[in-house]
Amino acid sequence: MSNLLTSSIGRKLLMSISGLFLILFLFVHLILNSFLLLDGVFGLETGQMFNAGVHFMGTNPLIKVIEPTLALGFIVHIIYSLILTFQNRKARGTQSYASGNKTSGVEWASENMLVLGIAIFSFLAVHILNFYMKMKGFIAWEGGEVEFPFFGTMAKGENAYALVNETFKSMPIVLLYITGSVALAFHLAHGFWSSFQTIGWNNATWMPRLKFISNFVAIILGGGFAVIALAQYLFF
Amino acid sequence: MEKTINITLKVWRQNGPKKKGRFETYKLANVSTDSSFLEMLDMVNEQLINEYKEPVAFDHDCREGICGMCSLYINGRPHGPDDDVTTCQLHMRKFKDGQTITIEPWRSAAFPVIKDLIVDRRAFDKIIAAGGYVSVNTGGVPDANAIAIPKVDADEAMDSASCIGCGACVAACKNGSAMLFVSAKVSHLAMLPQGRVEGARRAKAMVAKMDELGFGNCTNTGACEVECPKNISLSNIARLNREFLYAKLQD
Repeated sequence: MSNLLTSSIGRKLLMSISGLFLILFLFVHLILNSFLLLDGVFGLETGQMFNAGVHFMGTNPLIKVIEPTLALGFIVHIIYSLILTFQNRKARGTQSYASGNKTSGVEWASENMLVLGIAIFSFLAVHILNFYMKMKGFIAWEGGEVEFPFFGTMAKGENAYALVNETFKSMPIVLLYITGSVALAFHLAHGFWSSFQTIGWNNATWMPRLKFISNFVAIILGGGFAVIALAQYLFF
Repeated sequence: MEKTINITLKVWRQNGPKKKGRFETYKLANVSTDSSFLEMLDMVNEQLINEYKEPVAFDHDCREGICGMCSLYINGRPHGPDDDVTTCQLHMRKFKDGQTITIEPWRSAAFPVIKDLIVDRRAFDKIIAAGGYVSVNTGGVPDANAIAIPKVDADEAMDSASCIGCGACVAACKNGSAMLFVSAKVSHLAMLPQGRVEGARRAKAMVAKMDELGFGNCTNTGACEVECPKNISLSNIARLNREFLYAKLQD
């Protein structure tokens, strides 16, 4: 057990588990985002559902544990990606092939996971500045307080819906979010099945199934985030 | 009717492990399309010898695709443009008249060039020596019916065992990873009763040696599977991961 995490497969296991954990987080995130869409569809101008969701995520006691765990998940995933990439470049050697690489049938995403990761990370930085820092009160913003139904009673909280609505009025921001979502989709299309392969939960029968599920997850998450941002810009 | 082609070769020449290499260009006329790639290289060397020049050094042995000795990175692919064959099984009919063919050695930190197109693949031998064998004494030959093996397992073990250890997987991998090779070796023994008993020790020892020798970490791109002349499946890597992690968790 002691030297598991210093072995190549052990390091990949950390990538795999942290990646799957982040995917789980993305699903929770997408469910919350879908409230933006539902608010719009049901004509709830004050964004009652989304605000209630944000209030729940911000106030329930579990979040105090989950938030640092999530940060740890990101840190492990990023640090190990850099370690693995550095080692892999070294293993590859300094001399490259003059005749290039003509191997066909290799997923583009699988060979560009670091680039996609950097794209997602850059997007994440902007995303945190746009929302997280403001909702947590690190950056001042004018949203005002609103009332919304919350588990049968009325609760008061900051108007996060207004913040999202305001942010997505800008075309460049929406385009950036769509780009981030597309990068995420490609990253997940390889990352999801690859993480199962690394854990060892794969075989010849499950390979095509996992790749199918992987593409499905990529489309749902990447497409979901992009569509919601675009809908906010176009309709609400 | 025999068809012949004229080709231009760009061949990597390197006098020794520490020497600086370079490409040299040779023109070769009247190459029969029925000849194999290695026969074509024999023609090049004959031509070079007649010109009192040093012939190109390249690995080869059985010339029928079972020894794993031939290598060569040809026009952007290990073992050349044909699928599921070794370089010695590659024929000149896969090339066009007037084509330029670039020939390079395997490139990987764990496979240093010895001379010209020959690389040192002893790293694979060291991985095998670390545990890629069955060490139990099997004694006399038991009755074949004594230990029943499902046909599916026997077939899959046989498929994995068809790995000839040529190193094309490492050469094709952007990470210089040897996982396809190691996984094939671990798999074919783990799926049969005699090899199964030492499965955990084998997986740990071979992966540790692989890491120690400076091979990269697998990122599941699948380039190895595409370029493998023996069609070794990527599912072997999943099995190796499973074997290794399970063995480690038992410690």
